[in-house]
Amino acid sequence: MRRCTLPFLFFLANIAFGQQSALDPAGPQAGRIRSLESLLFGISVVIFVGVIGTLAVALFRRRRGIQQEPLESTHRPSAQTERKLLVVVSSLSAVSLLILFALIVVSVVTGREISIKSLPRDSLVVEVTGNQWWWSVRYLDDNTQRIIVTANEIHIPTGRPVVIKGTSHDVIHSFWVPNLHGKRDLIPSRVNTEWIQADRPGRFRGQCAEFCGLQHAHMAFWVIAEPPAQFEAWRRQQLQPAAEPSDPVRLRGQQVFLNNACVLCHTIQGTTAAGQNGPDLTHFGSRQTIAAGTLPNTIGNLGGWITDPQTVKPGNHMPQVPLAPGDEQPLLAYLEGLK
Amino acid sequence: MRFFAGALWLLGRHAERFSNCPRMCLPLALIGLTACSRERTELRPVPARTAIYNNAAVESDIHPGGVQPHTQVNNPYEGNAQAIADGGRLFDWYNCSGCHAHGGGGIGPPLIKKEWIYGGESANLFDTIEKGRPNGMPSWGSRIPEDQVWKLVAYVRSLNQEEPKTAVPPRSDTIEQNTATLQNGATQ
Repeated sequence: MRRCTLPFLFFLANIAFGQQSALDPAGPQAGRIRSLESLLFGISVVIFVGVIGTLAVALFRRRRGIQQEPLESTHRPSAQTERKLLVVVSSLSAVSLLILFALIVVSVVTGREISIKSLPRDSLVVEVTGNQWWWSVRYLDDNTQRIIVTANEIHIPTGRPVVIKGTSHDVIHSFWVPNLHGKRDLIPSRVNTEWIQADRPGRFRGQCAEFCGLQHAHMAFWVIAEPPAQFEAWRRQQLQPAAEPSDPVRLRGQQVFLNNACVLCHTIQGTTAAGQNGPDLTHFGSRQTIAAGTLPNTIGNLGGWITDPQTVKPGNHMPQVPLAPGDEQPLLAYLEGLK
Repeated sequence: MRFFAGALWLLGRHAERFSNCPRMCLPLALIGLTACSRERTELRPVPARTAIYNNAAVESDIHPGGVQPHTQVNNPYEGNAQAIADGGRLFDWYNCSGCHAHGGGGIGPPLIKKEWIYGGESANLFDTIEKGRPNGMPSWGSRIPEDQVWKLVAYVRSLNQEEPKTAVPPRSDTIEQNTATLQNGATQ
């Protein structure tokens, strides 16, 4: 019993103050969803207690009234009982209908409030594309020179609305950051839009919420909400092409990258690598996780991932690329240096 | 297994209650069903199975020093539905469709055809992708891992209905070719 208690407490704490919890809202939409949830929960608790209480009273109270009449096939309740039943059943039905109708009104109103129609101006537009099994992220800008492409990590400034234009490259995925908003399906050849806003800085975990194949469970991402100044600094840094390696080891690593299968799928701005099938790696070293939130971005994890991606995420589309002996360490050094 | 046998015996005895077909129909159908099994997906290909050795792809019938029996190389993914579908995905990912347009051809020759200049067997196609060919076909050997080349080969073979029907979707997402009406050399 004691062995269960600690994890259970941890689980409860995570629900209440978690990095991936709809009960710990960090933005206006999540806040409204949370209020709706509290209302529904409160009403349900009252009804549940009422129903169970009535049942208990019926079970335990002394048998009299209706129960005293014989239960035979020809049994007909008295006119008095009939009237009593009519009043009780019809009034309770009316109350249930009223409650259900009120709940519909409240949830429709909440749905309208958090929908795209109430979008404030001066928003940041981020295009999120679901892929099996990672997220491609593009920060749109009227000036094409200022478009940022990254993956599995969405930095947003606090206090500013961010429009998410979601679509999918293969199958239906669903974009879900519980601390910020509800779920939004990403559908191939269709753009679904929503807006999110973080009112306080923090790291919020998001996850694919629509079963999308073998590695659906390992299709996560992080939303990192930062104060505007910090976000602008991040943005300026992301706009730069990849840093040219200076030391011989990392230079060798760059050659390994460019002379192997890597370039067919990955882009590194500032080099000839321009593949579009996998995550953009221009600033790979600055990201906190690899393989779509599966592992922390450390040189050891990256080594394991590149050497044998099918053990880390069985069935994912990253092939096991045979590297010449001695090529792996320079490659890892180069990739981790892409800050 | 014993449970299955018992169930079959019972069903056999009472078959006429379920349908009008002869007594053995239902059990036989059930036996057929138990023979079905899911295709295994090999997530981590064994390198030794995917490599091609001793220049096994033969492009010419002329042999110095008389006819030599050559090593038969089979595609490890022959008839594998998952691999054929993966091959189709890679065909777009690696921009094969950029020149070959899903088999119809364009900048490069069509891939739905009967006459192959460099041979249409699996080993030949592997060689063509791996080493490239004159006048435009790049050599992908240093770029595409061998297991993926074999998947591409399986996909290209499936375009020509050289793969078992059971492994190929009944209807293609792109163009289709009825090989029965394909004339020799008509498309090349």
